[in-house]
Amino acid sequence: MNTKESESQETNNSGVSRRGFFLKVGVALNALAASLIAVPLIGYVFSSFTRKGPYQSWISLGPVVDFPEKHTRLAKYRNPFTRPWDGATGDIPCWVRRVAGEEFQVFAINCTHLGCPVRWFQDSRLFMCPCHGGVYYEDGSHAAGPPPRGLYQYEYKVENGVLWVRGGQLPTLSEPV
Amino acid sequence: MLRKIALWIDERLHVSKIYASTAGHSVPASAESWFYVFGSGTLLCFIIQIVTGICLAFVYVPSANEAYTSLEYLNYQQPLGWFIRAMHDWGSNFMVGIMILHMTQVFLFGAYKYPRELTWISGVVLLICTLGMAFTGQIMRFDQDAYWGLGIGAAMMGRVPLIGPNIVHLMLGGPIIAGETLSRFFTLHVFIIPGLIIAVVSMHLRLVLMKGINEYPEPGKPVNKLTYEKGYEELLKKEGVPFVPNAIRKDLIFSGLVMLGILFCATFFGPSGPEGTPDPTQIRTVPRPDFFFLWIFSVLALLPEYLETFLILTAPIVGIALLFALPFLSGTGEKSYHRRPVAFLSVVVIYLVVGILTYLGTYSPWSPQMDAWSGDQMPVKYIQGRTPLELEGALVFQNKQCRNCHSLGGLGGQRGPALDRVATIMTSDQLVRQVLQGGGNMPAFGKNLSPPEVAALAAFMRTLRAPTESPVRNSTEPAQPGR
Repeated sequence: MNTKESESQETNNSGVSRRGFFLKVGVALNALAASLIAVPLIGYVFSSFTRKGPYQSWISLGPVVDFPEKHTRLAKYRNPFTRPWDGATGDIPCWVRRVAGEEFQVFAINCTHLGCPVRWFQDSRLFMCPCHGGVYYEDGSHAAGPPPRGLYQYEYKVENGVLWVRGGQLPTLSEPV
Repeated sequence: MLRKIALWIDERLHVSKIYASTAGHSVPASAESWFYVFGSGTLLCFIIQIVTGICLAFVYVPSANEAYTSLEYLNYQQPLGWFIRAMHDWGSNFMVGIMILHMTQVFLFGAYKYPRELTWISGVVLLICTLGMAFTGQIMRFDQDAYWGLGIGAAMMGRVPLIGPNIVHLMLGGPIIAGETLSRFFTLHVFIIPGLIIAVVSMHLRLVLMKGINEYPEPGKPVNKLTYEKGYEELLKKEGVPFVPNAIRKDLIFSGLVMLGILFCATFFGPSGPEGTPDPTQIRTVPRPDFFFLWIFSVLALLPEYLETFLILTAPIVGIALLFALPFLSGTGEKSYHRRPVAFLSVVVIYLVVGILTYLGTYSPWSPQMDAWSGDQMPVKYIQGRTPLELEGALVFQNKQCRNCHSLGGLGGQRGPALDRVATIMTSDQLVRQVLQGGGNMPAFGKNLSPPEVAALAAFMRTLRAPTESPVRNSTEPAQPGR
């Protein structure tokens, strides 16, 4: 056949064969299209790396009168950043300690060691964690066990007799509340 | 006619050629051993997991709001749903167990050495994938343990410097453990990791065919890169047997037993959970991981605090890197464990350590027992014939949750020492000081006890000793007969 001949002649004349050129264009075209698809795909999967700042919003915990002075009580709120299918997982508990008047301490439920839910014991005035034995005093400071710091505390405010906290995300050591 | 059809199919599909190069491939006669059955056993478990997993996916709803209900539906309403769940559950236990036996055997028999480095490395990838399946599978059982297990995972990731928060949000698919978290782990459990396993198992098997099954190692026959492959070929020529039907016999018997074992456990023990709805406001919970991760749970309780973050972040990476590097660190030399004392001892030590940590994890002595103060009985001998003050002290002891960490008569927490004989160890002054100021990993109770309560508590604790023993006293205190 003379296709081979003509191809070799073409190569000799210009230094680029039609087939070689097609191959290169084909590879380049695919690489371009694939990266155009890949960029939004990666952006979608790794969107947590492009968000700005923590998830935070003011949340009402109800009227101040629900929290008697010198007591620590469990309060719940609906997380402000939820999806309709979140079910009960969108309800977040926290411990509210009313020190006196409008002075509060609102603690995240999560132990600072590995995030298990701490429980309040009114009589010994201690928080105890059921996972690895972390214990905290009533002001949230570390009392015993492996936790590296005291309980996470929400920022709070009292407006028109209602207690508000600033939260919205699972607290961790690198991003408390 | 049938023969014609068979021949036609064979000509188009090359069935007999494929058969000859796979099932019919030659293996050393010494590989017909009971020690060589664990690989195929693991694969069998994986196939069971795929089949039962597909069956579960017919009904299971991977939504935070519905997952729990759909599991309950599987357990109690869907005909035989409990059985499929139990098969999948026990299949995963068997798969991890047999895979670990397989890995131990391969390590002890030096099968990872030249020229089977990649077989080992792909096996390590399969180990990681299988443990990943076990963990994500525990999340699919979307109950309290799954919820708080995710919390523990997030808390660990949150310790990564700089990008910690981003990794946590990537893992949870949002700011909290919720719907997108379950979707994410469902995707891992059902698409990503099984896909990886299928791909890597194919490579693993291909490597077994290309590089051959390890001959039963004999002491005094070290691997030499220059002569090994030639020697293996000669061995196959001299005493090679076809994998089917020779070597597969024992695999078949083992596989049959494994299937019966899974069936037996599934039928008689049933599926596990789900236990407790995944509602974070239900805080009366004691989260525990599944059996295979209990030892990690124990490690996390027992590590000293200054090492913790460092080890959480580096130990897994170092461990996996060591596994990957193993065939290059000791790629030649003796294969038999009779001539590899360090290898043999390493296996013994690792099994002992993981075994003891798992055992500790089953009763976690480091955790306070949350209900001991209100639920555990006070032994009669500690209250009989006591003065009112001492009885008052016993009440303080219970009411102030001392019992959550300190046991009496074998009941109560084990976080702190048992106090059955504390009067023979500590004087009254020492007891008061310890209670008020704490220390040695005990909280200080100074702010929470009134002076009369302290006095009563100390009086009660001074009676905690055997009737024949006398309490310790200060050297400046005169001995009192009786007490």
